[in-house]
Amino acid sequence: MEVLLALVIGVFGGAGVWLVLRPRTFQVVMGLTLLSYAVNLFIFSVGGLFLDKPPLVTPGLPTDLEHYTDPLPQALVLTAIVIGFATTALFLVVLLASRGLSGTDHVDGARDES
Amino acid sequence: MDFMPHLVVVPVVLPLIAAALLILLGEKRRRARVLVNIGATLAGLLAALAILWQVDSGGEPAAIGVYLAANWEAPFGIVLVADRLSALMLVLAGIVGLFAAVYAEAAWVRGGMYFHPLFQLQLMGLNGAFLTGDLFNLFVFFEVMLAASYGLQLHGSGWPRVRSGLHYIAVNLLASSLFLIGLAVLYGVMGTLSMADIAAKLASVPGSDRGMLHAGAAILAVAFLIKAAAWPLNAWLVPAYTAASAPVAALFAVMTKVGVYILVRLWTLLFSDGPSMNFGSDVLLYAGLATIAFGVLGLMATLRPGRIAGYSILVSSGTLLAALGMGNAAVTSAALFYMLSATMAVSVLFLFVELVGRIGKDGQPDLVGVDDEPSEDTNLDDEELPLVGQAFPISLALLGLGFIAAGLLVAGLPPFSGFIAKVSLLQAVLAIQPGDKASDVASQSAAFWIVGLVLFAGLATMVSLARTGIRHFWSTGGRLTSQVKIVEGASVLGLLFACALLTVFAEPVLRYTNAAAADLHAPQPYVNTVLATRPRPGPTRSVYVEEEAP
Repeated sequence: MEVLLALVIGVFGGAGVWLVLRPRTFQVVMGLTLLSYAVNLFIFSVGGLFLDKPPLVTPGLPTDLEHYTDPLPQALVLTAIVIGFATTALFLVVLLASRGLSGTDHVDGARDES
Repeated sequence: MDFMPHLVVVPVVLPLIAAALLILLGEKRRRARVLVNIGATLAGLLAALAILWQVDSGGEPAAIGVYLAANWEAPFGIVLVADRLSALMLVLAGIVGLFAAVYAEAAWVRGGMYFHPLFQLQLMGLNGAFLTGDLFNLFVFFEVMLAASYGLQLHGSGWPRVRSGLHYIAVNLLASSLFLIGLAVLYGVMGTLSMADIAAKLASVPGSDRGMLHAGAAILAVAFLIKAAAWPLNAWLVPAYTAASAPVAALFAVMTKVGVYILVRLWTLLFSDGPSMNFGSDVLLYAGLATIAFGVLGLMATLRPGRIAGYSILVSSGTLLAALGMGNAAVTSAALFYMLSATMAVSVLFLFVELVGRIGKDGQPDLVGVDDEPSEDTNLDDEELPLVGQAFPISLALLGLGFIAAGLLVAGLPPFSGFIAKVSLLQAVLAIQPGDKASDVASQSAAFWIVGLVLFAGLATMVSLARTGIRHFWSTGGRLTSQVKIVEGASVLGLLFACALLTVFAEPVLRYTNAAAADLHAPQPYVNTVLATRPRPGPTRSVYVEEEAP
């Protein structure tokens, strides 16, 4: 499971970095989105990966980390997703304004055919 | 510690309430909006001054104010911490924010929608970042500050703003990703995100995890170095700040210092002692030196006043980073004084840029075409008479004198606070003895690099500003008119007056920054105070508190 998650994060991150470096604004947005997926999965994974363990205290189970998964990374991921979503939406608005003002979706507004 | 219990949270809550109120007031009731905006900013400054006074009244070490959000104690809940450095940054943001808000009332608030709420949210993000004692909460305040800054940077619209804003937002989104990665790695190693708790547990990290810890701290530092505009991560700054409207750019001058502040805070908290002592100080030092050099080259290459102001920010950021990299309390103290002086000076310069750009241009802000060469015979008025011996309009004379004052401040020449700041900085750097710093492989030669580059940066700033001043004040083709509204003049003069006060009262301020730097380089009282603060007994918590009381 760890290997699979690491591969997923790596693929997302790599694809994200490649797309961010592309010259079209849409590619940059997609790249930033993929990067935020990679980052969110990474935050989630630092608490350790466990199956069938609740993040909340349940009656009958002793309250130690043997029986529970760390709830804090899950809370962090939730906040990070919301904030990342909001700022990406804001970026999209600016992207549309740039498209309207320059007539092209190049990140520098240049009308070349690259 | 007789803090008023909720004083520490005021600089965060007040702008938030003001922003909500400003949105509710709508776009029509202009007078009410002006009153709320300036009133809230002024009240925030007063609260910051009250915090500063409270923190400093305790003598040595500082009376650190700790606010437990939702009454949860430190490692578990979010804390807001006001120590000397935080209080100083709050006051700096308050001063610059107040004068930028006043200046904006003259014209810029009508340049687009929602200027006032965004301005208040920006202040909230700034104040929150200065106060918070928790890494993830810092991320949230960073995002509040950045989201508001995206809106403010685009205020007034137009292609140059949208184009540079697009780059600015993309770079900052990437920086936020790095911030989160670094934070996650640190959490993975330490199991906590409270800054004080991390500092307390740092010594017990086993050697096998120390590489991971350093990697996390370094990734986190890259995110802050992007905000602090360290070379080579600073290409976004000059276009974005130059394109932004004048009052916004003045406020952004403080925002760059947030990156520096966090680096100072975290670096001294984590790495001023213990087995990881001085980790990364060389990187900070050389990144700072490279940033100064880059800023100097930019200063020499440009004639546009806006770009000169932008490159001056780079020079001041570089100086601060290099000073921090020296890892010496005396240098840090001088650097904090320099930060006060340089930030206010660059803010004044950004406000002047617009006023200067208006000379002879019918009061329209126009920064394009400044690079045009004036022809040989332009030093004549409309009747083809030489301008020598003609009287200057008084407003233009004041503008010119103010521009000279701002130039002297930024360049660090006497008699203003910039000079005192640079002298004390260079004195402190040269006073470092070999062995003051644990890893002083190159600190002696680095000291001479700092001295040389800081002095040369002053010269470059002076040359650059003198060229711009000549071009704008002396060779404007005889149309010596300037439309400066009273509000704008008052806010610029007010900010200059604040710099003059800083010059006159340099000694108490330097004493304060000395104490702040001493606190920073011996962070144990900070850690102890934060971790020892207990929740207040509430109606439902009283039993629990009695159990926990030592």
